[in-house]
Amino acid sequence: MSNHSGTSMRTTRSRVQGLGSARSGTGHFWWQRVTALANIPLVLAALAILICVAGKPHAEAVAVLGHPLAAIVLILALFSVTTHMRIGMQVVIEDYVHAEGAKVLALVGNIFFCTAVALAGIFAILKISFGV
Amino acid sequence: MSQTPGSAQRPLSPHLQIYRPMLTMTMSIVHRITGCALYFGTFLLVAFLVATAISPRAYETASWLAGSIVGKLVMFGYTWALIHHMLGGIRHFIWDTGAGFGAVARERLAQFTIGGSVVLTIVLWAAILLVK
Repeated sequence: MSNHSGTSMRTTRSRVQGLGSARSGTGHFWWQRVTALANIPLVLAALAILICVAGKPHAEAVAVLGHPLAAIVLILALFSVTTHMRIGMQVVIEDYVHAEGAKVLALVGNIFFCTAVALAGIFAILKISFGV
Repeated sequence: MSQTPGSAQRPLSPHLQIYRPMLTMTMSIVHRITGCALYFGTFLLVAFLVATAISPRAYETASWLAGSIVGKLVMFGYTWALIHHMLGGIRHFIWDTGAGFGAVARERLAQFTIGGSVVLTIVLWAAILLVK
């Protein structure tokens, strides 16, 4: 045991929690990296699928996008990408929007936008898979 | 909101306009800008998927929009932003290991990011135009 208590303003509990002054620890950094890593193969695969689809008539596009393997890759990619963009945009907002009201509104709007994009995209892929 | 007393007198740390523009600094800023552009690009991608799920007619309209000059420009910009952001992310992974912070290494990494993103984008589009 170090004799921290004499010099530090920190309570023993806050040291054990390890969440620092921002109260959120390193979770944000960690998830940014996890989703970034997942994005590399998933986005490249999604890009290949979309290039295949480009210019095709509707029936063929549906057949490609609705193939179980393509649909699973697209859903995983959307899940990872929308998580990555939500926490990424959160940092941008926290860095540039300083007025408290506007900041909270922007942070909430960011969560709404990313969730809506994720669920709309996933629903569309499921519908394409199960039958338009 | 009332100003905190004394906040106006505090010395400010030097900001962007004080520093000489550097490649590493520019790459950092471009990483953010491409991230923000991709944020809205994902929305367009999901809009395309939703159109495909709605009806063949909605799909035709979305395809026509994507195939127009503006659509192609947006898609070209999107792929460059995607590749640049992905290479920038890989650069961050290298930094996460503790490597690549030296004066020469960080400059090389920045050059690879910008050069690689331009070359790969052109190669990708040349391949798409050749195949399609």
